[in-house]
Amino acid sequence: MVTAANRGWRTATVSGVRRPIARAVQLRLDVHDRVDHLPGQHYVVRLTAPDGYTAQRSYSVASAPGDPLVELFVERLDDGEVSTHLADVVERGDELEVRGPIGGWFVWDQVSPALLVAGGSGVVPFVSMLRTARALGRTDLLRIAVSARTREELPYADELEEAGALVVLTREANGIRPAGRLTAADLVPLWEPGQTAYVCGSSGFAEAAGQFLVELGVDPAAIRVERFGPSGGPA
Amino acid sequence: MPPPTRGFLGRRQRDPRLPPGQYDVGTDWPVLTAEPTPRIAPETWSVTVDGRVEAPTTWTWDEAHRLPRSEYRGDIHCVTTWSKFGTWFAGVSVDTLLEAARPTAEAQFVMATSKTGYTTNLPLADVTGGKAWLVWEFDGKPLPIEHGGPVRLLVPHLYFWKSAKWISKLTLMARDQPGFWEQNGYHDRGDPWRQQRYQGD
Repeated sequence: MVTAANRGWRTATVSGVRRPIARAVQLRLDVHDRVDHLPGQHYVVRLTAPDGYTAQRSYSVASAPGDPLVELFVERLDDGEVSTHLADVVERGDELEVRGPIGGWFVWDQVSPALLVAGGSGVVPFVSMLRTARALGRTDLLRIAVSARTREELPYADELEEAGALVVLTREANGIRPAGRLTAADLVPLWEPGQTAYVCGSSGFAEAAGQFLVELGVDPAAIRVERFGPSGGPA
Repeated sequence: MPPPTRGFLGRRQRDPRLPPGQYDVGTDWPVLTAEPTPRIAPETWSVTVDGRVEAPTTWTWDEAHRLPRSEYRGDIHCVTTWSKFGTWFAGVSVDTLLEAARPTAEAQFVMATSKTGYTTNLPLADVTGGKAWLVWEFDGKPLPIEHGGPVRLLVPHLYFWKSAKWISKLTLMARDQPGFWEQNGYHDRGDPWRQQRYQGD
C-alpha cells in the first residue's frame, strides 16, 4: 500500500497561511523530500515544546497530488491543543514537523465513480479528490453532497458549488431549499450503481449519512467512512 | 528529540498515565470506524474461535454470558491520540474461550474478525494471560452499538483499533497476517507506550 508513514517525520516549510472562513486555517506546506499522496489521504502534524513534550494530530490533505505544495485545512477547536497553535500562531516561513501521506483506505483510485458525502470540514479530502479529478479531466466520476450550518462556515464553498455539489445548510436556506439536515432523499439522485461511497464528517453526521446510504440499498462494503471529532454525546 | 516548534509550549499538566503523544479526552468517547455501523441483535450474535485450535467452538450470546464474568478497569488509548482514563468494561476473558478451544502448539497469532468484515491481527501473547476480553458492558450498561456492541474485543494495552468492534471470530494462526488497518499503513503490534502507530515505528 502506498504510504510514506514508514519513512518517518520530515520538515515542512509553511509557504502560506490563509483564513478563508472563521475558526479555521488553510496551510500551504512545502514538504521536503515529499512523496505524492493519493486523494483522500492525510498528514500528521507534530508540535514539540522546548522540554520535549509533543502533541500530534492528523489532517486531511485538500490539494491534488500534482500541486507542488501540500494544502491542509484545519478547523480550529477551542480546546484543541494543535489546531489552536496552527490557527493562531503559525506564520509563513515557520517550519513544522509532518508525517505522511497516511491512510490506504479512504482514498479515491482516480478511475472509479464515487459518491462523496461530507459534513463541515469533512469536505477537505473531497476537495483533494475533486482537484485531482479536474486535473485528469474526469470530474464526471464524482457526485458530491455537502452539509454545513451556514454557507459562510462551509470550507471551499465556491469550489464545491462550481463543481455542482449539492449544498445542504442546516441553519439557513440555500436558494429555494429551506434550512434542514441532509436526508436520504437528497442522495437518491446522486447514487448510481457501481459507485464507491465516501462519507466524512463528525461522528453524528457520518453515522446518519452512512445509514441513509444503507437504506438506499448501497452495499455496506461499498461505503467508506472517516469520522472525526468528539462523539457528540455523553460517554 | 525533534527541534521545538516556534511558539509551542504544550500543556502545563503532564499526566503520567498518558503515553507519549496522547491527550486526555475526559468524559467523551470518540467513535471512529471505517464503515457504516451494523445493526446486530444480541439474539443473533455469536463468536467463534477457530483456526489452529483442537476444538473450534462457537458461543451464542446466552452461552457467552454463562462463562465466568471478567472485568477490566483502566485506561484505553486510540492511535488518533486520545486516551480515556478509568474505563470499566465487563464480559469474558479471552483466556476462557481459548481454554475451551485449545490452541495447538503452532498457534502464535490471532486474527480478530468483525461482523462487518473488519479484521485486526495480534500476537497470541497479547490476548492471553489476562490481557484481553470480549466485552458487552461499559460502565455497568450494555455496550452501545457505535462502540462495538453488542460485543467487542478489548485489548486495552494496545492502541484501540486492535479492540475490534462487533467481534464475530478469533482465528488462531501459525503465521502473522496483516489485518485491515495493518494493510493500510498502521503498525502490526500497536503498543502505545512505544508509539507504534505506523509501519516502521
